[in-house]
Amino acid sequence: MRIAVCIKQVPDTEARLRVRKDGLWVEEEDLPFVINESDNYALEEALTIAEKTAGEVVVVSLGPERVKDALRKALALGASRAVHLAEEAFQGGDALATGRALAAAIAGQEVDLVLTGSQSDDVGYGATGSVIAGHLGWPHAWLVMGLEIEEGGTSARVTREMESGMNEIFRLQLPAVIEVQAGINHPRYASLKGIMAAKRKPIERPSPADLGLEASQIGAAGSRLEVLEVAFPDSGEGAEMLEGDAATMARTLVEKLQREARVL
Amino acid sequence: MRFTDEHRLLRDAVRDLVEREINPHVDEWEAARSFPAHALFKIFGRAGYLGITKPHAYGGMELDWSYAMVMAEALGHARCGAVPMAIGVQTDMCTPALARFGSDELKREFLAPSIAGDLVGSIGVSESVAGSDVAAIKTTAVKDGGDYVVRGEKMWITNGIQADWMCCLVNTSDDPPHRNKSLIVVPLDAPGVERSTKLEKLGMWASDTAQIFFDGVRVPQRYRIGDEGMGFTYQMMQFQEERLWGAANVLTALEDLIQDTIDYARQRRAFGRAILDNQVVHFRLAELQTEIEALRSLVYRATELLVAGDDVTLLASMAKLKAGRLARQVSDACLQYWGGQGYMWESPVARAYRDCRLMSIGGGADEVMLSIICKHQGTLPGTGG
Repeated sequence: MRIAVCIKQVPDTEARLRVRKDGLWVEEEDLPFVINESDNYALEEALTIAEKTAGEVVVVSLGPERVKDALRKALALGASRAVHLAEEAFQGGDALATGRALAAAIAGQEVDLVLTGSQSDDVGYGATGSVIAGHLGWPHAWLVMGLEIEEGGTSARVTREMESGMNEIFRLQLPAVIEVQAGINHPRYASLKGIMAAKRKPIERPSPADLGLEASQIGAAGSRLEVLEVAFPDSGEGAEMLEGDAATMARTLVEKLQREARVL
Repeated sequence: MRFTDEHRLLRDAVRDLVEREINPHVDEWEAARSFPAHALFKIFGRAGYLGITKPHAYGGMELDWSYAMVMAEALGHARCGAVPMAIGVQTDMCTPALARFGSDELKREFLAPSIAGDLVGSIGVSESVAGSDVAAIKTTAVKDGGDYVVRGEKMWITNGIQADWMCCLVNTSDDPPHRNKSLIVVPLDAPGVERSTKLEKLGMWASDTAQIFFDGVRVPQRYRIGDEGMGFTYQMMQFQEERLWGAANVLTALEDLIQDTIDYARQRRAFGRAILDNQVVHFRLAELQTEIEALRSLVYRATELLVAGDDVTLLASMAKLKAGRLARQVSDACLQYWGGQGYMWESPVARAYRDCRLMSIGGGADEVMLSIICKHQGTLPGTGG
């Protein structure tokens, strides 16, 4: 089974963020970047399925040059090749434009399954996977907690988390786009052998034209959403400092949780 | 020092492993005075991290020592000194001589399973009567038939409770002290091996440390590493890696400690402002960060020369000396800025303060490093020109 995994490189969630001067994004200089957490789980799921089915994993990512590091890591973990949408025209898009570009890149790979994380840790739109599925015309599942490829490899049994702690279990015909949640497996560590083998694995860098896309369909030009500003919320409002000794503060806190927040 | 994509990938992968497999358990392991060495080493072994520089034939990757240094640095992100130290013993303290001079049979029996993470190793040099004065060790191995019969004891043995084997320095003749020693592999389940109860130490709590007694332990002579009488020389060579490893490992640990202190001092307020806003605090932390960078340059330079095949005894000794001194300065300064909170037994900075103290003692005390440096300077009485 050939599986495409869409990964996104995002700022490390523990990094201290600063807003860029133009106020439209964070300052990326000196910012550590990592593979988006739930995408790591999608990759592990794909590698496990590929091992069981003697298949292969192709990682796909859209982003600037630095994204090469994330792709190399995925190759070190066991993906066999990578596709990097690196050209400037691809960049700066919303979920619609990014999903369109990724779908076009995946369409040429003849895959049986697309896996990705449910949501990115930076902008958190949670929409790119749906857009990819829409463009490919494939069924789609979001917030997936369990995945099992059924006998014959033409369908998958999927467990989804619903609200109120219930699960939904259903069958999905392949090919499909499945977005997984963090925590569904135990992502492996890149072995030293894998790390040394990664440099010999190919990273394709198709242009928009190679994918049959016009510049107006992708990146900032192809977006329908315009970011006006990113900013930290004002701090200090809504916080109440409790006074007194530990016992008094604990009693006040419990009262507030019961009467005001109504969570106890 | 030029790092490749592979160096960076290894650093990130080891750090990832530290964050997921070590750090969540550190408090529990520190309290238990032990960590599950076999289980953890198996995870490292499976990923190929225990045999970075070792030959392919025994499951290693045959990479140069710069990769081992990158791993040592990445292990410094562990929230204690004990677990990285135990791993360092396995990769760069008890196995270099075995890999370099051991017979094929010996390497198959002990090196390959140690690289795979199936066996836990230890290094036995110090004794209760001889620590930094390696030449003064008393343990003997006397030939009897095809065996050596080992009598004596080894002290402060890291992994001592859990280890399966020891790379043990013993006296094998009555020749002068630098020519009468051999390194032999002693299986620690052999009859006559007695382990003390875990030794209670100032720091490095999660590491099980033991005194190990040998009462007529029979070890086949084929378990000797390399030539008889070369043990002191082999051990001195092996010390180069050990000392550089220690210096590389402490770099990141100290940087993390400074970062933790910055975070703490930024939110902790006294006299109407953050502790960090006092110039004496942020200047001191900047000073110490600069010192760490200077040490890093020394470690990287020594590593480059080691990779090029040079003898780096002098630079490794300087790096170890500086690392020991700096670890004490940084942990002391940071503890000071944590105030009463830092003085609490369970605080991370108190743990670092305790753990860092070993750096100036283990693997050759600061004074031994100074003697080596003096020897190169020609200023050591009795050795100079």
